[in-house]
Amino acid sequence: MKFQDPQERNDAMKPPTTTDNWNEVKAAAEAALPAPIVEFIADCRRREHPESHLISVLHKVQGHFGYLSAEHMDAVAQLLQVPAAKVSGVATFYHFFRLRPRGRYVINVCLGTACYVKGADKLVAKLKDELGIDFGETTSDGMFSLEASRCLGTCGLAPVVMFNDDVHPRVTPDQVPVLLQQYLDRARKAPPAAP
Amino acid sequence: MGQVLENYRKLSARAEEALHWTQQAEKIRIQVGSATCENAAGAEEVLAEFRKHIAASGRDDILLRRTACTGRCSCEPIVGVMIPGKTAAKYEKVDRELVHRIFTQHVLGGRPVADRLLDSPPDTMVRYELLFCGSARCGRLLEKDFRQLFLDRLAARKIPESQARVVAANCFGLCRTEVIGKASHVLVLPTKVIYRIADEADLDEILDTHVLGGRIVERLRVPDAPIGQRFFEMYGDVAFFNRQSRIALRNSGIIDPENLFEYVHFNGFEALARALDRNDPAWVVEQVTASKLRGRGGGGYPTGLKWAGAAERPGETKYIICNADEGDPGAFMDRSMLEGDPFSVLEGMMIGAFAIGATRGFLYIRAEYPMAIRRVEHAIAQCREHGLLGENILGSGFSLDLEIRLGAGAFVCGEETALIHSIEGQRGQPRIRPPYPAERGLWGCPTVINNVETFANVPVVLHYGPQWFAQIGTEHSGGTKVFALAGKVNHTGLVEVPMGATLREIVFGIGGGVPGGKRLKAVQTGGPAGGCIPAEFLDTPVDFDTLGKVGSIMGSGGMIVMDEDDCMVDIAKFFLTFSQDESCGKCTPCREGTRRMLEILERITSGKSAPDDLARLERLGKLVKKASLCGLGRAAPNPVLSTLKYFRDEYEAHVTRRTCPARKCTALVRYEIDPGKCVGCTACARNCPVSCISGAPKKVHEIDQARCVKCGRCFQVCRFDAVLRK
Ligand SMILES: Cc1cc2nc3c(=O)[nH]c(=O)nc-3n(C[C@H](O)[C@H](O)[C@H](O)COP(=O)(O)O)c2cc1C
Ligand code: SF4
Ligand code: SF4
Ligand code: SF4
Ligand code: FES
Repeated sequence: MKFQDPQERNDAMKPPTTTDNWNEVKAAAEAALPAPIVEFIADCRRREHPESHLISVLHKVQGHFGYLSAEHMDAVAQLLQVPAAKVSGVATFYHFFRLRPRGRYVINVCLGTACYVKGADKLVAKLKDELGIDFGETTSDGMFSLEASRCLGTCGLAPVVMFNDDVHPRVTPDQVPVLLQQYLDRARKAPPAAP
Repeated sequence: MGQVLENYRKLSARAEEALHWTQQAEKIRIQVGSATCENAAGAEEVLAEFRKHIAASGRDDILLRRTACTGRCSCEPIVGVMIPGKTAAKYEKVDRELVHRIFTQHVLGGRPVADRLLDSPPDTMVRYELLFCGSARCGRLLEKDFRQLFLDRLAARKIPESQARVVAANCFGLCRTEVIGKASHVLVLPTKVIYRIADEADLDEILDTHVLGGRIVERLRVPDAPIGQRFFEMYGDVAFFNRQSRIALRNSGIIDPENLFEYVHFNGFEALARALDRNDPAWVVEQVTASKLRGRGGGGYPTGLKWAGAAERPGETKYIICNADEGDPGAFMDRSMLEGDPFSVLEGMMIGAFAIGATRGFLYIRAEYPMAIRRVEHAIAQCREHGLLGENILGSGFSLDLEIRLGAGAFVCGEETALIHSIEGQRGQPRIRPPYPAERGLWGCPTVINNVETFANVPVVLHYGPQWFAQIGTEHSGGTKVFALAGKVNHTGLVEVPMGATLREIVFGIGGGVPGGKRLKAVQTGGPAGGCIPAEFLDTPVDFDTLGKVGSIMGSGGMIVMDEDDCMVDIAKFFLTFSQDESCGKCTPCREGTRRMLEILERITSGKSAPDDLARLERLGKLVKKASLCGLGRAAPNPVLSTLKYFRDEYEAHVTRRTCPARKCTALVRYEIDPGKCVGCTACARNCPVSCISGAPKKVHEIDQARCVKCGRCFQVCRFDAVLRK
């Protein structure tokens, strides 16, 4: 089998330059991504093996948006001139990439037996009520995601709620608004690092 | 002198000039580490606090330095205070309040804060410290116990412990100049003099003239500074460190990883300059081959052989890749090296590139290591700035550029063919070898992939010579290996020992043994690809070949100590869960086989196993090992197969008696109250999270087994030992 240089393959796929909608497609793709990323992709295109930078590009996109949406991935595919199937193939292969937005703080409510018996269900109701979201969803300000987990191994502290890596023991429904406010304040004090 | 060496000499002169002020002997030095783990533990805050104190004191003879991690995560941040003429003092777990005490009491007042010293050495106020090399080659002066020779003489001269302390250290790296067994070495601190001792009379002279008289014995003094010296000067009094041989980690925790000049000051890039000056790539390959350096990424393939293979391939374009995708749970050797001493790794890559004729190279670093990425980026930029990367390096005509590529959280990308696919921008799935990357790698070109630690050793091989490097290790494997020691052991952290050191030396000699007087049950090496080595093999020398013989592997350096409370079935399940999760799904034996094995293990640990499950597990494990495509699948059954081999009785207890001997597998544990012992204090009932304990005060209590979630609270809180765990 003859080894085919991906560069040749890539050249063969170069967009035709006449009588097509490439300019519209390009403009739409550029509009979907922030300017520095568009610039970075253009720079990659000028280098050897442009498609090899796909993972770096996806890192930047996720760094900016917090996740990779179908629209972002399409835009990357167009601008980097890599098949969309390959972009989503790569995005789904690596654990680091997320296809759905996730909040800055992931709230994990333990629904193991001990916590459940100690009233985790009431906590969940209160959290859903306060945040206006269901399990697996993220608040519109991107601050909180709500998730449920099995026993966290700290039943003695039941019911247990985790905010990212912080364990909060013996949480009562009354404490929920206080906790949420605490994390909002913390987020305000330390804005996320620029992507 | 050749042009290249002349250019190197100029660089070195610039470095000395730039560092001039930091080398002044009369200054007090405060050193704060900052790597990922230490930062997390507040090193930035500590630095800031020292800065404030120094400014407020108005003193200009105090230097504040930043270094990287020394590999003692449990004790970080570690702060070193070096006052001229005094032994360096190290503090553990430093916080702002302690900074204040260190500064006022020690830095300004001269009295160390005794209760917070690292590993609490007995008495730090000694006048002299005598570190002797206790390694097998060097430490057997006159076939007598070296330590005893010292102690007898100190006693005879009535020199008290406060005047001189004797410490057994490991190889300083001086033996390269020695005829084996004819002489030994002693480092005297704080004077930083190393003596070569040939007989007992020499010893007498050192004690009389130096320790008692305060004058250096020039006749016995070793002129050059060996590789381990800087490390011993700083950390020589701490048992965890002085039993190690720091070669790959020679600069970690010593130099400022963001300052190229500091690296140059410690002979950095001299090996590169000499190789370029000779302009003979084949010579480099020969040197590395003769050193018996073997790949530290797990496989243990001889590095010289790998390079020779790529060097002889025809072709204009070749690549060199550094594998920094360190993904074993618990392993952090490579991160520590990249954060603590990135220049060593880069220099190793440059030498490798020159040897095989590569002009471009990549460092594939996991995205989860942001500080390592930043430090390497910084190091690459500094190298470019000083003509060590780019066109015509040091005027030699050789050109090379290095680039960072990020991983994205897939363990299998550590496998070399998967890694190549990932750099090419594809899904990181392995392919069948051969062809090996040395033949056909990145973009179809000859490619050499080596591990971070492998590269970090290369400059040393050229600098000190292959014979020296080879004789540090075993017959077939030269140099040292860094391990990440963890689990049920007193001192956890990075440990670097010569190849061939025994597990006992590592776990007990350096790690300080098992806490709480518990019995060591097994040592797990090699992470998810390795096996559990039972206690009876503790005297096995650690090296690629010997570990293979006892059913484990050297791996990349994870080492977990387990005691009687650890359940071997549970451990096997933990590692298999990891491998199963990380299986890339390309080939069926691994994708399906590991899942089925895991199901069997889950049945076993939850008390639902069938009688023939063990046989089935073993057969399936052997099949997955044989039929999988890449190293991940081929090694995934190792934790299971090795525990099945050595701890079959534990598996059998789970299967036939439905009990977990270590009481780890919750589903098989049962809590009961002993009516003969229960006094009815109600503590258990009040603490039970599911309120399944009934009984009136002062009456015998009882557990409702149907509702018990086996959390163990009652067992912990009962002060009358009335709750039984079965
Ligand atoms: C599943 C898997 C994961 C691996 N992970 C790593 C790794 O994280 N770092 C590494 O250097 N080598 C890793 N290796 C080994 C590499 O394939 C390769 O052998 C090594 O990088 C070669 O360098 P060396 O000869 O210097 O050890 C892994 C292998 C397999 C099969
Ligand atoms: S053995 Fe496992 S990780 Fe390796 S190629 Fe097969 S499925 Fe992928
Ligand atoms: S804590 Fe112990 S002594 Fe007290 S009621 Fe429970 S079992 Fe009995
Ligand atoms: S183990 Fe936990 S759930 Fe069971 S009886 Fe004891 S405290 Fe209650
Ligand atoms: S059930 Fe919630 S921690 Fe165990």
